[in-house]
Amino acid sequence: MSTLDSHDSERRDFLYIGTGAFAAVGTAMAVWPFIHQMNPDASVKALASVELDLAPIEEGQSITISWRGNPVFVRHRTAAEIEEANSVPIEDLPDQDARNANLPEGTPATDVNRVIDGKDKFLVMIGVCTHLGCVPVGEAGEFDGWFCPCHGSHYDTSGRIRKGPAPENMPVPQYSYVSDTLIKIG
Amino acid sequence: MSGHSTYEPKNPVAKWFDKQLPILSMSHDFLVFPTPKNLNYLWTFGGILSMCLVIQILTGIVLAMHYTPHVDMAFNSVEHIMRDVNYGWLIRYIHQNGASMFFIAVYIHILRGMYYGSYKSPREILWILGVIILLLMMATAFMGYVLPWGQMSFWGAKVITNLFSAIPFVGDWVVTLLWGGFTVDNPTLNRFFSLHYLMPFMIAGVVALHIWALHIPGSNNPTGVSVKSGQDTVPFHPYITMKDLFAAIVFLILFAFFVFYKPNYLGHSINFEVADALKTPEHIVPEWYFLPFYAILRAIPDKLGGVLAMGGAIVVLFFLPWLDTSRVRSAKFRPIFRQFFWLFVINVFILGVVGANPAEGWWIIVGQFSTAYYFLHFLVIIPLVGMIENPKPLPASISESVLASQPKGEPAAQPAE
Repeated sequence: MSTLDSHDSERRDFLYIGTGAFAAVGTAMAVWPFIHQMNPDASVKALASVELDLAPIEEGQSITISWRGNPVFVRHRTAAEIEEANSVPIEDLPDQDARNANLPEGTPATDVNRVIDGKDKFLVMIGVCTHLGCVPVGEAGEFDGWFCPCHGSHYDTSGRIRKGPAPENMPVPQYSYVSDTLIKIG
Repeated sequence: MSGHSTYEPKNPVAKWFDKQLPILSMSHDFLVFPTPKNLNYLWTFGGILSMCLVIQILTGIVLAMHYTPHVDMAFNSVEHIMRDVNYGWLIRYIHQNGASMFFIAVYIHILRGMYYGSYKSPREILWILGVIILLLMMATAFMGYVLPWGQMSFWGAKVITNLFSAIPFVGDWVVTLLWGGFTVDNPTLNRFFSLHYLMPFMIAGVVALHIWALHIPGSNNPTGVSVKSGQDTVPFHPYITMKDLFAAIVFLILFAFFVFYKPNYLGHSINFEVADALKTPEHIVPEWYFLPFYAILRAIPDKLGGVLAMGGAIVVLFFLPWLDTSRVRSAKFRPIFRQFFWLFVINVFILGVVGANPAEGWWIIVGQFSTAYYFLHFLVIIPLVGMIENPKPLPASISESVLASQPKGEPAAQPAE
């Protein structure tokens, strides 16, 4: 068997690698639609926003509404609850990010950053435990906020994680005041 | 299976057929396959498991004819099966309890392999295929449990899919991909139905490989001593087929007891309530067969850590053949390992009890201790015991061990050869 000269073998290597790369890219492009079809479809994404009138919610009362299939807690907090939330030094919080979709990422998790400025009586957040997705129970737990019965996570009156396996504060969804008492979530 | 068959059909038509598709000689080789003559009843669970898979597939295909995978109709369509469909109650109860029966059998099958060292060379691939089957079974059972769309179905699905969100960087992307939305919802139910139908056939495929891998070295046996001559074996048929059949019938009696007398004993009453995305039940628990793993998940007070520990509890099984340093297979001849084996079994039961109870007070401490022991067993005890243990002398052959256990004065029963 005669050996190929180096010029020829380089050409073959190039063809070999080129063919392989072309096949790999082609396969990846063919596979992508089969993966992407599992992502939220247009009809799911269309369920974007929901409006809520806060006026009927009495002080100390919470309501739960459904937004994109998830529960959203809306709580009219008492003065004592707000004070309790404000009295916590930020260093004591396991998650020091406000997790507020209306503020940039990395904003410190002070109580005022968890609500809309000037409307700190109303706490609006997605009522899903950041551990494994259960819905926490209100006015419960060691920090007078929420308690998740599934795996024992305690949240405070600002919805911030204080104790237990959950890694993050309950997230505040994107929302704004349409009028003085009407909010639009999403 | 190993090498070419020596079987030649006598009938000329069969001969012609077999030459083109050697399915007859393959079946013949299966029937005469030499099997250790000292197998005990623990070796019948392979056959029982094949039967379980067939039962689940048959009942499942029937259920799929009457079930509707939509959030508004799923729960009612299951009740429709129970009340309106002819014998629907029976077929659904067989399927529902069949899952539990399947897991009872598979756990016995796995523990048998662990006790008699069936995972050791030359059967590592056989063992690994078995662990893959276990993983597929768990995924199938989990998705099947979501389909009735009760409260426990929904919240089980939510918690288990959320496990993936613990994966760094891609976790949230993976969870959204699984859900097809912002939470467990109709798209999730739809795809779980599709995958629940697919996976049993994947299991069947891996089972075929598992049996293929079994037929290369042949079955292990209670002594763990390899087959040395034809004296040590009996043909698979009729000896093993009849024994397997008898064991399968006994197993079916237990199965029938649950189906006809305690059909909901292994389930949770809360799943008779339709799924509510805004309300988590007070106490959510998985089905009994996941409880030990659930306890391991909850033992670690950190999201990623808990998920890793739970995954690790299965992954460690893949490495068992290499973690075990002993040269002796069967625990029958391993006095120290045998005790640790039973401690392991007791510990898994403790984990199961912990998993069934709320994560508070003493249960947390017991769960953490048991979880630590679970891993200690595989990662420390098994390698160490293999090194320091002085095994008892092994019999020279399977035949010798069988003859030694015969009462004196009576001639040993010999199979016709």
